[in-house]
Amino acid sequence: MTLSLDTSWATSSEIAQAVGTGQTTATAVVDRALNVIAARNSTLNAFTTVTADRARAKARAVDAATDKTKLPLAGVPFAVKNLFDIEGVTTVAGSKINRAHAPAEQDQPLIARREEAGAVLVGALNMGEYAYDFTGENIHDGPSRNPHDITRMTGGSSGGSGGAVAGGMVPLALGSDTNGSIRVPSSLCGIFGLKPTYGRLTRARSFPFVASLDHLGPFARSVPDLAVAYDVMQGPDPEDPVCDQRETDFVTPQLKLGLEGLRIAVAGGYFRQGAFPEAVEALGRVAKALGATKDVDIPEAARARAAAYVITCTEGAALHLERLRKQAGDFDPAVRDRLLAAAMVPSTLVVQAQKFRRWYRAQMLELFKSVDVILAPATPCTAPKLGQQTFVLDGVELPVRANMGLYTQPISFIGLPVVAVPVPLTPLPIAVQVIAAPWREDVALRVAFALEQMGVCAAPRPAL
Amino acid sequence: MPKPPLDDYMDTAAQALGLPLEPAWKPSVKANLKVTLHLAELVAAYELPDDSEPAPVFKA
Repeated sequence: MTLSLDTSWATSSEIAQAVGTGQTTATAVVDRALNVIAARNSTLNAFTTVTADRARAKARAVDAATDKTKLPLAGVPFAVKNLFDIEGVTTVAGSKINRAHAPAEQDQPLIARREEAGAVLVGALNMGEYAYDFTGENIHDGPSRNPHDITRMTGGSSGGSGGAVAGGMVPLALGSDTNGSIRVPSSLCGIFGLKPTYGRLTRARSFPFVASLDHLGPFARSVPDLAVAYDVMQGPDPEDPVCDQRETDFVTPQLKLGLEGLRIAVAGGYFRQGAFPEAVEALGRVAKALGATKDVDIPEAARARAAAYVITCTEGAALHLERLRKQAGDFDPAVRDRLLAAAMVPSTLVVQAQKFRRWYRAQMLELFKSVDVILAPATPCTAPKLGQQTFVLDGVELPVRANMGLYTQPISFIGLPVVAVPVPLTPLPIAVQVIAAPWREDVALRVAFALEQMGVCAAPRPAL
Repeated sequence: MPKPPLDDYMDTAAQALGLPLEPAWKPSVKANLKVTLHLAELVAAYELPDDSEPAPVFKA
């Protein structure tokens, strides 16, 4: 059986169709993916575990299925950030400490839902320690490397997810986003990423970071892939108390509705400060293509980011308090020192941040009465060099690690759905955030699809 | 010369919470604490009514 499709760069839709119609087999696709991973991982360092035996067994099961055309992800390889539970694999969450944990007894439910749709898990992906990271660097596993320039960061904390998808190792991946950890790697690696509404996708059996801010979500190289991968993962889960009860709101059939009737504006003020020329250029191209001429002011965005910062570090410190007491020397020092400091922050200040959060949510919901979509930069710049400690924003030298999420934090702070759309600038891509009202992933994905159709946004193929 | 207040606060808080705070870690912990307290004060300075609810609301 032959297939002209290069499955390492094919979309998941192309692979599923080829497998479904018998042009190729899931086994052939998965073998090809495992070979590509073996060839590229020594350079990109995206994978920390490859589940080859499991993947081959699953591929055989897909090939044996009676009606593969009913499987929307038939034979599509995917991988997950290593904070997702994988049966038989220890969930390390980018840490040294968790390596002592017993292997997980069950798959995280989003893995199971994807595999029910015919997809095949091929492994676990590198990430910043305990997801407290925007760089994609990891002191224990080494940095994930950007496929567009291996001397540069992937962005974090889902760095391996960004590198694996951008580097043609898998067409789909899963990551988590607490303050920007899906959107930042999407931007730096030049791929599409969806951070759904807070509470949309179950987080059961994933290693947490900040319970009130954690989201899980997909990465892909095209919008239809992102949409179908998202559709098969939706739905309630009693094991995650935050996961909403609403049933699946299929977005794939809605992609072609286009921009008709959508009111699109550009975030001004805070979101125009600090951006490098490439971020301004990318935002300008997207806004122009969408005819978005109106600016909106997101009220108190700087304070929203500050509150997100405070809640993040203190909830994170609460999560890790015992590990800080007993195993402080086993943390990445950069993570440890932030958590130790956060453990000392008075609770009075944290409660005030949570009060501000509700006020800010009300302001944003009011804003969404007059617009459907808000555009904002995803990152202030393209991928920095690995090891780069600081950059200069508006003339002020600031740490890279803490400030790559400058524009993402005020958005995830109140759980808004966002699609990061990559603009293929040369030499490096950079993304724009397409932000919608709560539970309106369909709107953000429609806009992303329109931008892809217009050729303004695309996941550029790196020279590997 | 007396130590700046944040050094005393860090030593006391670490002791009260049972957290290790090795001398070599202190400059970085202190820098992080300064940033966090600065940002927390920025939030706290925004006046909200007494009856405003925090974002996570428990439902029985």
